[in-house]
Amino acid sequence: MSDLLNIEINGRPLQVKPGTMVIEAADDAGIVIPRFCYHRKLSIAANCRMCLVEVEKAPKAVPACATPVTEGMKVFTKSSKAIEGQKSVMEFLLINHPLDCPICDQGGECELQDLAMGFGKDVSRYHENKRVVREKNLGALIATDMTRCIHCTRCVRFGREIAGIMELGASGRGEHMEIETYMENAVGSELSGNVIDLCPVGALTSKPYRYSGRPWENNSISAISPHDCVGSNLAVEVRRNRVMRVLPYENESINEVWLADRDRFSYTALYAEDRLQQPMIKQGETWRTVDWETALSYAVEGLQRVKTANGAEQLGALVSPTATLEELYLIQKLLRGLGSNNIDHRLRQQDFSDQEIAPAYPHLGQAIADVENLQAALLIGSYTRKDQPLLAHRLRKAAKRGAKISAVNSIDYDFNLRLAQNRVVHPYVMPTELAAIAKALAQQTKQTVPSALQGFIEKAQVDAAHQQIATDLREATSSSLFIGSQVMTQPNLALIRALANVIATLSNSTLGYLPEGGNATGAWLAGAIPHRGPGATAISGAGKTAAQMVQDGLRGLLLWQIEPEFDCADPAKAMQQIGAADFVVAASSYITDTMRSYADVLLPITPYTETPGTFVNIEGRWQSFSASVKPMGEARPGWKVLRVLGNFFKQIGFNYLSSEEVRGELDTLTVNVAADTRSDIQQSPAELVRPDLVRIGHVPMYAVDAMTRRAPPLQHTADAVTAMVAINAATATRLGLQGKSRVNVKQNGQSVSLPIYIEAAVPDNCAFIPVAVPGCEALGQSYGAVELQGE
Amino acid sequence: MSNAARFVKSLFLFELWQGLGVTLRHFLFVRKVTLQYPEEKAPISPRFRGLHALRRYPNGEERCIACKLCEVVCPALAITIESEQRADGTRRTTRYDIDLTKCIFCGFCEESCPVDSIVETHIYEYHGEQRGDLYMTKDKLLAVGDKYEAEIAAARGHDARYR
Repeated sequence: MSDLLNIEINGRPLQVKPGTMVIEAADDAGIVIPRFCYHRKLSIAANCRMCLVEVEKAPKAVPACATPVTEGMKVFTKSSKAIEGQKSVMEFLLINHPLDCPICDQGGECELQDLAMGFGKDVSRYHENKRVVREKNLGALIATDMTRCIHCTRCVRFGREIAGIMELGASGRGEHMEIETYMENAVGSELSGNVIDLCPVGALTSKPYRYSGRPWENNSISAISPHDCVGSNLAVEVRRNRVMRVLPYENESINEVWLADRDRFSYTALYAEDRLQQPMIKQGETWRTVDWETALSYAVEGLQRVKTANGAEQLGALVSPTATLEELYLIQKLLRGLGSNNIDHRLRQQDFSDQEIAPAYPHLGQAIADVENLQAALLIGSYTRKDQPLLAHRLRKAAKRGAKISAVNSIDYDFNLRLAQNRVVHPYVMPTELAAIAKALAQQTKQTVPSALQGFIEKAQVDAAHQQIATDLREATSSSLFIGSQVMTQPNLALIRALANVIATLSNSTLGYLPEGGNATGAWLAGAIPHRGPGATAISGAGKTAAQMVQDGLRGLLLWQIEPEFDCADPAKAMQQIGAADFVVAASSYITDTMRSYADVLLPITPYTETPGTFVNIEGRWQSFSASVKPMGEARPGWKVLRVLGNFFKQIGFNYLSSEEVRGELDTLTVNVAADTRSDIQQSPAELVRPDLVRIGHVPMYAVDAMTRRAPPLQHTADAVTAMVAINAATATRLGLQGKSRVNVKQNGQSVSLPIYIEAAVPDNCAFIPVAVPGCEALGQSYGAVELQGE
Repeated sequence: MSNAARFVKSLFLFELWQGLGVTLRHFLFVRKVTLQYPEEKAPISPRFRGLHALRRYPNGEERCIACKLCEVVCPALAITIESEQRADGTRRTTRYDIDLTKCIFCGFCEESCPVDSIVETHIYEYHGEQRGDLYMTKDKLLAVGDKYEAEIAAARGHDARYR
């Protein structure tokens, strides 16, 4: 214990580590010191002076947040000198702060309001005019009332230190100091919503929540985010059975105190106009609203008819990876009970050739919290910053500590961290790029590569960057490879995965997967895959994968929480095949015109706020949550619908009384599943033939699922990509498209007209055309060949 | 008192006559306090807490800014408010309901209001013929305010110097 210092706060003896600040020691001991600018996740600014405390032998009161502890220090937080200092600071802060608490959204959860109760005077001695500051437009998510700002600079430090983009800054000095952006409407960070929580006053508040409620009215119910595989913990704030807003729920090992904007603002889609609230059936060409019993018996009848006429192998289910574990387990139980293995959640994946040797479930290979301690990492086809914002935050922390993070991507993504090596290659060349890194590693370690890939790796040309990436990965004591969401949809995924395995083995790195959706890991565990049962058990006769179901078409389909025109790998083909099916049951929270055209039964199921459930994140952590609010209208939690469907089909083992029972059943099936991320390569996956021009079909961050696509505030941000084409200048010249503003995009015989932009971030002979956005439904595969013709 | 005196007093019902004497005095000589309601009405204090009203500013703008303090202070949970940002950017209620069947007329709503919007007026003669009649919506409350604004303002003015 000799390395601890003995200090005393308010007469209480404490032992603290050297280098600790007084405020941290006090916080750990439960002694309250008022503060505004200090935040434990941000750097110390010491500019609000609210935390003034008296220290023995110090002539003046000192700020507790910027005073390190020393041996024998005696601190008094409640002495008359300290209190006098705090009260005087409060008087200064209140000089320019408006007295508009009744109309301020921060009222009731305002740090200034709370502390003014303790340290403020009841009457102001200031009679001059107060300062007024012009409003700033910070976009669709953050509302501003800059007159209320007390210049704590938490938001400024957040942008610089956490979000990694300096968006807000302070200009002017003293009374003329203002917090503003360099450009109008320029707050574009995917974590920007956190400044709302950080702001101790009402200067930065939530725009969608503006003026709609008070914190004391809301009940806070914890939930888990369904939008990415990190599994951020949420506090869903509910008033009178309505979700008012979503805040982060602190969990140091997952999301710390932060939350991505996608998780924070997606709740605005809960009350979208097109929420499906009644079961509906199609009779002839007209849709009829019916009760649940009619709808379910109609669905059962229809699927039974298909089964009798065409056999059980003509039944299939396409499920969303954002569905809960219980739903996924019950769907596969239902379908396998009917005799079909055609179930898949990997809707945007195209290459399934290595699924038999794939690990039991996609896993990060490490805890999320350990990512920040990595010394080297290689991101393969991952725009981590937008795909898994809070994992990117951990990576950024690692990079700030000196980790060498490199990326191999098919677009030059705008990372908020310094990349050691940034390789931007044609998606079809990505395997060659990885082969070069593998070759460099094999040379450096003098080890052999698996014989199946030897020929391919030998062919690769190694340059200095490959050598450097290899060295970084090899020399780091902890290093990791991440197979990102973008590469998961590429048609050469198996080869890329095989090579990543080789690199991970040779460099002694962890291999981590970053799948799409909040519960992809859970889907593998629950058996929502065609070739394995729940708990990765072997089954006889693998069913059809999502891609095969779309290619071959099935006669009877169950669509769970998906919109095939946005969520499938080949939307045009998917729509065509689903339209041609004999009977389609669509269970969804939303109703669309396309659903009306292809479905026969529409079952309203609830989004994550209205159902109990479990999401398994990429660490393999099972996180259960309860329903935050009652289901809207006649909608029902998915697990209940499936339970009753099971009863209607007269299947045994469907008499669950609660979702916990479903979870418990699956839990016993998955006890022996190992969290392995490596796969054993037996044969070399095929290489692709490069077409003239390849589409890069990247899923924009606010188009990942039905809910985010409907959240108006998110759709008004800069990250909401609309349908367009982006090619680089060289490709544009080659194709004669320089100076064109619109082009005709042709894919699989379909043609759409889209605006075209010249973008240097796109590699040669590629065209970036987003998927899952309106306007691109008619197009085909996200990494297929395309043709562009000038208009 | 001797037994004889007590006997005489009880024989001649002395206490009864004494009591009837009080009745006679009040009947003949003391000023009556009974009010002939509804023709006559008792005077009421400017602080009287009767029917609620929502007030407006002289320019016609509603005072209420949806701070929701009355809603949270109401001990009977009689007030329900919903609010939004109005098209002109101000904070306004979309719903302001007081359930008078729940209200205990404590006056806390009035006390908590930072803009003197919700007030309890001097009106106590109101009734409902159906259950819903005593459920005051925003429109009804504003109508009460509009109708009695002069009296409300006068009562507030009267009480102002004691605050």
